[in-house]
Formats: sequence, C-alpha cells, structure tokens
Amino acid sequence: MIEIKDLHKSYKMGNNKLHVLKGLNFSIAEGELVAIMGSSGSGKSTLLNILGMLDELDEGSYTLDGVPIKNLNETKAAQYRNKFLGFVFQSFNLINYKSAMENVALPLYYQKVPRKEREEKALKYLGQVGLKEWADHLPNELSGGQKQRVAIARAMAAEPKVLLADEPTGALDSKTSYEVMDLIQKINDNGNTILVVTHEEDIAHMCKRIVHLKDGVIVEDKMVEQVRAEQYV
Amino acid sequence: MRFLFDRNVWQEIFGSIGKNKTRTIITVIGVLWGIFIYIALSGAAKGLDNGFDKAFKTVAMNSMFVWAQSSSIPYDGFKTGRQLQLKLGDVETLKNRVPEIQYIAPRITQGQFGSEPVYTVKGQKSGSYTLNGDYPIYTKISTKQIFDGGRFINQEDIDQARKVIVIGERVQQELFKKDENPVGQYIRVGDIYFQVIGIHKLAQGVSFDSDSAMFIPFSTYRKLYNTGDDVGYLCIAAFDDVDVIQVEKDVKSILKGIHRVSPDDERAFGSFNLGEAFGKVMGFADGLTFMSLIVGIATILAGVIGIGNILLISVKERTKELGVRRALGATPAEVRNQIVLESVFLTVLAGIIGIILGAGLLALINKFTQDTDFPYTNPTVPIPYVFGALIIMVVLGTLIGLIPAQRAVSIKPIDALREE
Repeated sequence: MIEIKDLHKSYKMGNNKLHVLKGLNFSIAEGELVAIMGSSGSGKSTLLNILGMLDELDEGSYTLDGVPIKNLNETKAAQYRNKFLGFVFQSFNLINYKSAMENVALPLYYQKVPRKEREEKALKYLGQVGLKEWADHLPNELSGGQKQRVAIARAMAAEPKVLLADEPTGALDSKTSYEVMDLIQKINDNGNTILVVTHEEDIAHMCKRIVHLKDGVIVEDKMVEQVRAEQYV
Repeated sequence: MRFLFDRNVWQEIFGSIGKNKTRTIITVIGVLWGIFIYIALSGAAKGLDNGFDKAFKTVAMNSMFVWAQSSSIPYDGFKTGRQLQLKLGDVETLKNRVPEIQYIAPRITQGQFGSEPVYTVKGQKSGSYTLNGDYPIYTKISTKQIFDGGRFINQEDIDQARKVIVIGERVQQELFKKDENPVGQYIRVGDIYFQVIGIHKLAQGVSFDSDSAMFIPFSTYRKLYNTGDDVGYLCIAAFDDVDVIQVEKDVKSILKGIHRVSPDDERAFGSFNLGEAFGKVMGFADGLTFMSLIVGIATILAGVIGIGNILLISVKERTKELGVRRALGATPAEVRNQIVLESVFLTVLAGIIGIILGAGLLALINKFTQDTDFPYTNPTVPIPYVFGALIIMVVLGTLIGLIPAQRAVSIKPIDALREE
C-alpha cells in the first residue's frame, strides 16, 4: 500500500540546513496498523506530513497504492489527499461552526457528493463511532474523546486507502485514549490501513507493528503482539 | 464558472456566512451604508432636479423681459436722461429681425413697478389690484390656468376691444361670495364695468403674475387709458435650443437702434433673463447630481474596501479552518472561489438591502415634502445608476475578495494546521 525508498528531507533554517529524514526505507501492506514512534525531533511528524502529501520529499520515492507521489501541484495533491487519505489530528481540527454531521460530511463535499447522500453517509459513519445522536451538536458541545471520534468519522467518511493519525490521543486522558484506540483497532479489523504517530508506549503497543524513528533514521521496525484496548474501556 | 451554479457551493457559502453572524453583519454594514448613501443622495438630487423642473414648468424656460428706462449717454443729438418708451411697432421689428424669437408678447400694466393699483368694485366690496393689458399669445410664455367655465383673453376680444376681464384667485375671494360664480358677472374697474370671463389659478412654483392680478385685452386697455402704441414691457420667449443670452443682446441692440440710443448705453433698456437664471439653477442641480454620484461611489468604494479588510482578518482567523479544508481535499481553486464568492455575495446582499433602505428613505422624504413649496418632486434613482452601482459592487467585491483569497491559498496547508 505504501512504499518508501531512500527518503530524504531537510529544512533550511537560515543558513543552516537541517537534515530531518536521512534515507528511510519501509513499506506498509494493506490492512496493517502501524505505530510510528520517536521522541520529538525524531522526524516522525515530518514523515507523516510527507505521507499525507502536506509536504514534499527532497529525495527518494513514495508510492501510494501503486501511484507514484511526485511533483504534485497543490490541486493534484488536494485531489489525492481527498481520494487516498484520511487525517486525524492531535487537536481534532474540527470546524467549529459546523455541526458534527457537517464536519463529517465535509470531505464528501470536496468529492462532489450530493448533499442528501453526503448527510446519509455522514450519519452512517457517526453511527459507527457511536455518536449518531450527537449529529447536530457543534464541536464545542462535545468532549475531547467525542471530538476525536467525530474527527475519525470524518477521516473515514471519504473511504480513504490509508488513515493517518498524528498523535490521535495526545490531547486526551488515558481512558478516552483507550476508547479512541479501541475505535481505531475496530476500523483496522475491517481491513483498513492505519498509520499512527505517537510517543506513548502503551498506545504504540495497541498497534500491530512499531516503527521506531530516531534522528531521522529507522532504528527499529518490529511486529508486536497487539494489546486490545477494549479491556481497558 | 460552472461552480457559480452549483447548489453545493452555495450551501457551503451560506453555511460559512450564516454561522459567523457577527462577522457577516459587520461586513455587510459597510457596503450597506455606502449604497444607502449613494441611493439617498442621488435620489435626493434627482428629486431636487425634478422639483426645479416642476417649478419652472409653468413658464417658458427660454424667456426674458425687456423694458425701457432712460438713456445714460447723449447720442444722436439727444441729451442724456431721456425717458424711453417701448412701442407696439417694436414687436414686429424684433420678430422680423431676431429669428430666434418664438413668441413675443407686449404688455401694458398698471399697479406694478410703483404705479398705483386699480381700484375695483363689486357691489359692496372693493379692492385695489394690478391691471394688465395683454395679448392671447402671452399664455404661450407663461401658462395661465383658468378655472373651469372660464377662459383667457382671445383674439376676438382684442379685435373688438371687448370689456372683458380675467381675475386672479385673490380678487375672486375678496370681491365675490364663496359659492358665487364670478364668470359672466360684472365688476367695476376704475370707472368702467367689465364682464368677468375667467379666474386664473395661481401656478405652483415660478409665476410671473400674482393672484391679485387682472387681465384685460391690450386693445381695450389702450382705448381706456389712452396709451396709444405704448408698451409697458415685452415678454419674449426664444426657441428651446438657442442661446438666450445672445438673443437678449440682439433684442437690446435692435431696440437701441429703433429708439436712437447709443449702442454703448447699457442702462437704456432693462431686462430680466429667466433663461439665464434658470440655467444657473439647473447647473446647480446638475452639479448636485454629479457630486452625489461621486460621493456615493466613493462611499461604496470605502464599504467594499471594508469588506475586503474584514475578510482579510477573517482569513487569518480562519487559517486553520482553511488548512483543514485543504487537508480534507479542497483544491486551492475551491478555497479561492469560496472566499471570493463570500465576498461577492456579502457585497451584493448588502447592496440590495442598501438599495431597498435608500428607496424607503426617498419615499419617506417624498411623502413629507409633498404639497410644500420645497422644490422636491418624485425623487428617483435611474435604473442604470442602480445597476451601475451593483456592477461596480460585484467587480470590486471580486477584486477585493481576491486579496484574502490569494492569501488563504498562499498558506501551505501544513503551516495552516500547525498554527495554534
């Protein structure tokens, strides 16, 4: 599903060049649930941004579902993001003047799905995250866990090939963190490919594979025994 | 341009505008105020314009009066200070030699310009009024509205020197009872009895004659008062498209020739040029219209810039939202279109409300100024002006909207998302 070969990325900071990613190689197969771990500054967010087509790579290649991701202009990148990727952010990033349902329907709007169908689909995915009765509520009427669940529903609504989650539990207490992880595991059970960036050990162990980044290189890439989040909920 | 007709696009825009009410209202007020001022000002200017038009309707716009005074320069063997007298023969000469003259009406009068008004009696009642000897052609220069059942002097009255009289409204009120019909009755003017043939109604606006004036045939007047060929003053109307000031000069120089007055004598003949005065008034009205147009457009401009300003701020405020939208698959074009359409929509919405409010204000002013002397009639804004303003607003709204839209697009989605 995801193929990364010899990926380099550096940022210019004034006269200095900051080499963030130093030749990464890895691939993710369909249906995997991968945790990308690392301390801050290890380059995990940069990696996710490149995978999410929010940032461009300097060297190497990136193939997503057989499509080479290269030299994209903003319009093309937007279309690919819409078609291939679902995002879950640490700070939820819900649009605060739209109801939960409207937030979930937003990616479908950019897919030019008619309104009726959009709303039906949005309700369906809200139902899957257990928030059907909160459909008409604005984000500020929801708890943190609920907000993240809405964000996950929004990411899923576009039926993406890969779900990218950037510290999905970073702003949540451990109980709600486990609820969110439970949801992510269930989505993964249905065969969806999911990438989770985290620095929390217990969250990482709820995935099936852990990729450890340190100073821009992969220091460890191992399969783990998945800890089900269900038992903590 | 297909996105303009996409219901989804509009739903998204209504959503964004409707959910940010404060922002929307503040944005709208700027343009609303601008177009309101524009409509109210240009409507008021038009109303004033119409008001002047109406006030001058009863008189020929290109008309003037000419009267004789006394010479101020010795000439042709005459000494200075000679009293001059216009004659009936001058009328024909002027008509023949000044082709720009459309109508010329000689008039002889008593009770104006310092002379004694004429003592008039009806039964027990009496009063003193101005008496004019007129030709029927006078009505071509200053419209005379005659009440039902009456008429003005006609050619036969002149030919037969009939003793008939047209009286003013005030004369009627003072000499006759309220429900009495004066037409056909006799009144004594000086020592002579006249039959009343009509009552003239005082015209609204500019009028040469007061409501206490009386009119008799010129021929009757000259017989009664033994004035021969003397003429009090001449009322002259030039054709519509000629230069009245030039006509005035021509008339005076011809009169100087006839009456053997020095061509340089500026004081021998007096005149009042209504056309010139009217031109000044109309020039003032035109200036007012022009000024209101400029002020109005400038105000609209300020309003639109205000919209741009607020959108620019709101784009900054919405950086994150726009970043999220782009992460979710909004293309830069879609983001740009949304911002521009929001701008245009708000501008047009504000414009339409402003037009409605402006029209309401104009209607209100019109209601209160009706039946008053204030020259203000039918304040309207021509449709092309309204559409012109709307087009200006759409164009400006688009241009102004492009600035924040470009800014929104220029921020990378990743930076937008990072912004906390």
